[in-house]
Amino acid sequence: MNITKQINGKELTIALEGKLDTTTAPELEQELEKSLDGVDKLVFDLKDMDYISSAGLRVLLSAHKKMIGKNGMLLKNVCEEIMEIFEVTGFIDMFQVGE
Amino acid sequence: MTVDCEAQMKELVIDALTDNLNTVIDFVDEQLEAADCSMKTQMQINVAVEEIFVNIAHYAYAPDTGSATIRVAVDGDPAVARIMFLDSGVPYNPLEKTDPDVTSSLAERQIGGLGIYLVKKTMDQVLYEYSEGQNILTLEKKLN
Repeated sequence: MNITKQINGKELTIALEGKLDTTTAPELEQELEKSLDGVDKLVFDLKDMDYISSAGLRVLLSAHKKMIGKNGMLLKNVCEEIMEIFEVTGFIDMFQVGE
Repeated sequence: MTVDCEAQMKELVIDALTDNLNTVIDFVDEQLEAADCSMKTQMQINVAVEEIFVNIAHYAYAPDTGSATIRVAVDGDPAVARIMFLDSGVPYNPLEKTDPDVTSSLAERQIGGLGIYLVKKTMDQVLYEYSEGQNILTLEKKLN
């Protein structure tokens, strides 16, 4: 998995490429751990991510919880297969998903 | 015939360690390749395989380690994939786990149980049995 960060003022965009699974989720978790200080809005660009399992969902959920009380978290460019996982798990109702 | 079915079934015996996850997924994908299934179905199967294998890796033999056997058969028309996981760890039926509340709010949302819930929701059939000292979990999914 490749993780690319881009900070714009207080908005952090993280582009993910590859699979967010049991083996790669800890990398993202560590990256988030050290990146969210002072961040007001978190954007995940999932254009090049083609797989997510519950381990990946767990990291997204924990990031989302950390953004409570701020400007929130946005997931963009979500492919159909991952969208389906968000629907089955009800994450679609919690996450802000956009273009 | 049973013999034919067995002949078409491919088997992988591997240490139940999360480090081996990619080997397990690659093995399953190889068997699915000929069936030409959609991206969506393949991802659902891969997710289900990950959830079950990782569960075995984390809990079946803890704190020790042991092996898992994965068997894959694709047959029938329309094609159905049947994937079996066998381990000799502690008896555990993941299907008895209570489903998470997928409608709860962000603040209350718990992640536990989400993996097996995904498996139940995306596979056509999930069966568990404990036989001769082994946990046997079988997934079935129509491929098209």
